[in-house]
Amino acid sequence: MDSTKKTITIALSGNPNAGKTTLFNILTGSRQHVGNYPGITVEKKEGFVETSGHMLHFVDLPGTYSLTAYSQEELVARNYMIQEGPDLVVDVVNASSLERNLYLAVQILELGAPLILALNMMDEVRKKGITLNTELLEQRMDCRVVETVARQGKGKQELIDTIIEMSEQTEAFKSPLKISYGPDLDPVIEEMTAIIESSSFLTDTYPARWIALKYLEMDEEILAEGRKKSKDISEKIEQAVHDVADHCLKTLKTYPEAVIADYRYGFISSLLKDVVSRDEQRQRIEMSDHMDKFLTHRLLGPLFMVFVLYMVYTLTFLVGDVPLGLIEDFFGWLGNNVRAVMPDGLLQSLIASGIIDGVGAVLSFVPLLMIIFFCIAFLEDSGYMARVAYMLDRVFRYFGLHGCSIMPFIVSGGIAGGCAVPGIMAARTLRSPREKLATILTAPFMTCGAKLPVFLLLAAIFFPANQALALFLITVLAWASALLVSKLLRSTIIRGPATPFVMELPPYRLPTMRGLLIHTWERTWQYIKKAGTIILAISIIIWAAMTFPQLPEERLAYYESLSMKVESIDQGFEDDLYIGPGAGHEISFEEQVEFSLAEEQLAYSYAGRIGTFLEPVTKWAGFDWRINISLVGGFAAKEVIISTLGTAYSLGAVDEDDPSSLAGRIEQDPDWDAKRAISLIIFVLLYAPCFVAVVAIARESGSWKWACFAMVFNTVFAFAFSTVVYQTLKVFI
Amino acid sequence: MSRHICLRKMAVNQKGIIRSVGSYGEMGRRIRDMGLVPGVEVQVVGRAPLNDPVALRLRDFTLTLRNNEADHIFVEIENG
Repeated sequence: MDSTKKTITIALSGNPNAGKTTLFNILTGSRQHVGNYPGITVEKKEGFVETSGHMLHFVDLPGTYSLTAYSQEELVARNYMIQEGPDLVVDVVNASSLERNLYLAVQILELGAPLILALNMMDEVRKKGITLNTELLEQRMDCRVVETVARQGKGKQELIDTIIEMSEQTEAFKSPLKISYGPDLDPVIEEMTAIIESSSFLTDTYPARWIALKYLEMDEEILAEGRKKSKDISEKIEQAVHDVADHCLKTLKTYPEAVIADYRYGFISSLLKDVVSRDEQRQRIEMSDHMDKFLTHRLLGPLFMVFVLYMVYTLTFLVGDVPLGLIEDFFGWLGNNVRAVMPDGLLQSLIASGIIDGVGAVLSFVPLLMIIFFCIAFLEDSGYMARVAYMLDRVFRYFGLHGCSIMPFIVSGGIAGGCAVPGIMAARTLRSPREKLATILTAPFMTCGAKLPVFLLLAAIFFPANQALALFLITVLAWASALLVSKLLRSTIIRGPATPFVMELPPYRLPTMRGLLIHTWERTWQYIKKAGTIILAISIIIWAAMTFPQLPEERLAYYESLSMKVESIDQGFEDDLYIGPGAGHEISFEEQVEFSLAEEQLAYSYAGRIGTFLEPVTKWAGFDWRINISLVGGFAAKEVIISTLGTAYSLGAVDEDDPSSLAGRIEQDPDWDAKRAISLIIFVLLYAPCFVAVVAIARESGSWKWACFAMVFNTVFAFAFSTVVYQTLKVFI
Repeated sequence: MSRHICLRKMAVNQKGIIRSVGSYGEMGRRIRDMGLVPGVEVQVVGRAPLNDPVALRLRDFTLTLRNNEADHIFVEIENG
C-alpha cells in the first residue's frame, strides 16, 4: 500500500438481498478482511482498492432495511455512518423494488451523509419490462446515481469514477434532507429542533432535526444518550413528544413514528413519479412465484425440504469424511513420528498428546466446516433458506425458536452423526438474538458423531437385538431435550417476546461461485484463527489434568522392575495384574505391564482424582470412578470417552471404531448392567458440550458467560435426568 | 363496493389495499420498515404448511409475516 495516496473511506450500505455483498466482492476482489465489530458477532468486512492517486477503503456494512435501529445490525450500520464519518456512503439498492429500497436512502440523506445511489440488478429491471429515468431520479434525490449489475461486474468502473469525482468536491457539503412530516408533526419538529440547536444538545454528533425525529420515533439509543447528556433538556423534549403522541392517538388513532413512516413513503412515491414506468403487458407471474407454488406447497414443500436437508447432511458427512480421515491420519502420523524421534518424557507427551492431538482435533473439523458453510451459503444465496424458515416457523415458534433454527439442529446431529461445532456456527443465519441464543444453547444436545461410538458400544452389549431402535430412541430423546430445554430457557432466562417474523422472501437466484467461495473461506478462516488459539490452550490444560501429578518414585520403580523381568516371565507376577479378556488377540506380558502403568497413572492424575472424588455423587446415576474419568476426558472431546475408558480398564489404546476389547471387558464386569448403560447413554447425550463446541458457543453468543452456562447447566441437567432414570429403573428391575 | 377486513382473514390470491396498521413498538417498526403502510396494495400469495406464517406480495417483492402480526393490519378488499 502506498501511504502517500489519499485514502477515501466508503461505507457500503443497503437492504439485505440487494446485492451489496456481491458488489463489495466485485469491487475489492480478494483483498478483503473479515472480522467482527468489537464485542458483538456482527461481521465487519473491509477491503481496499488502489487507483492512480487514490486508495479506496470500502467498509461493507450489515444489510438493513432502515436506520431506526432495533437489531444489532441496524445499530452497527447507523453508528458507523454517524460516528466513524466515512467520506462517502454508497447505498446499494435493488432497482427492481425501488420503493422499499429508497426508504433507507432517504434516511441516509436525512442524516446528511454524502450519498451515491447504486441502482443494482438493472438487468432484472429490464427483464421485467420496467424503465427507470435515472437522470430524473438523480435530480429529485439531489445525489449521484450509478447503474450497476454486480453479478456481471457491470458499472464497477463508473462507480469508482463517481466516488473519486465526489471525494474531490467535498467542500460542497450538503445539508441534511428535510422532509415535511405533515401539519401535526412539523411544528413540533421545528420547536424541538430550536431547543436542540440553541443548547447544542448532542449536535456535535448528530444533525439537530434528526435528533428531534429520533425522539419522536422513541429511539432507545438516542433517548438514553440524551438523558445522559442533559436530563433537563431531554425531559423538555420528551414532554413535547409525549404531548404530540397523545394528540396523534386521540385525533388520528396512530403514533408519531407511524406518521413519520407514512410521510417518508409518501415522499418516496412523489420522488418516483415518472421515474418508474412499467410495461403492463409484461407484468407476468415471475419465475420465483412459479417455483414457490411447488417449493412451499403444503405437502410437497415440506417433503422437498426434508430431501434438501438430508442431501446437505449426506454431502457434508460423506464428502467431508475423506479429508477428515486424511487430516486425522496426518496428525496421527505426525504424533507417532514425534514419539519416535523425541526421547520419552513429559516434553514428548506434551507435544504429541497435548499439542498435536489438540490442534489435530481442531483442524480435522475444517473440511466438514467448509462443506457445511458452502451448502449453507448456497441455500442462503439462492433464497431457499428463507423458505425453510417460512415453512417451519410455526412449529419452532412453539418452543421459542425460529424457523431458521432447523439448520443448526440438523447439522449438530439432528440426524445422528453430525457435529455441534458447525451446527452452532450455522446459527449465524438467525438474526433475532433471543432465538439464536436458545438455538446455540440447545444444539449440543443432538447426537453428534463423537457420541455415537459410546451409544453403539453400549447398545451392542446391552440391547443386541434392538440396536437400531435404541439409536432411534436416543435421537428422539435428543430432539425432545433440545426443544423442551429451549422452551424452558425462552420462558425463563432468555425470556422475551418472539422476534417479529416480518421477513423478505427474496426471488430465487443462482448464487455466484465466487460469492459462495468467499463466504465459505471467510467463515472457515475465522474458525481456524480464533477458535484455534483458545482450543490449543484448553487442550494443554486437559492434557495436564490427565498427566499430573506423576506417580511417586516407588510405583514407577515397581513397574520398572516388572519390565525388567519380562524376559523370565514368572507366573507369580501375573496375579498382580489384570489380564484382559483379549477379545481375539493375545497381549504380551510386556504390554500388560505398560497398560497397568497407564491405568494407575491415570487414576493417580488430577483427572483421576476428580473421578474418584466425584464417585460418592455419581454413584446415584450408577457411575464409578472409571466412568467418571472418561466423562471428564469427554469434556475435551467426546471421542476421548471410549479411549479413556480403555485406559481406565487397562486395555491400552482402544480403537473407537472397533471397541470389541472394551465391549468384552464391560460385558464380563458384574458392575455393568442395562440400567447403568441407559443412565450413561442419557448422560453422554446431554452433558456439557465438548470444548470446541464451548468455544464456538462463546464466540457465537458473544460472551463466555453463555459458554459457562452451557457447561454447568447441561451437566446438571444430564446428571439429574440420569439419576432419576437410574433410580427408577432400580426400583423396577 | 368494498369492505375492510383483517389481513389474517384474507384468502390466498386475494388482493387489497392496506388502510391501517395498528401495531407499534418493535413489531410496528419492522412492519413499516418493510413497506407495509397505508395505501399499499398487497396480495396474499401463499400460506405456510401449517397456515401460518403468510406470504404477501407487495408491489415488487414478497414478504412473510405471522398471523398474530397480520392481526393489526386492516385491508380494503376490492369487489368484496
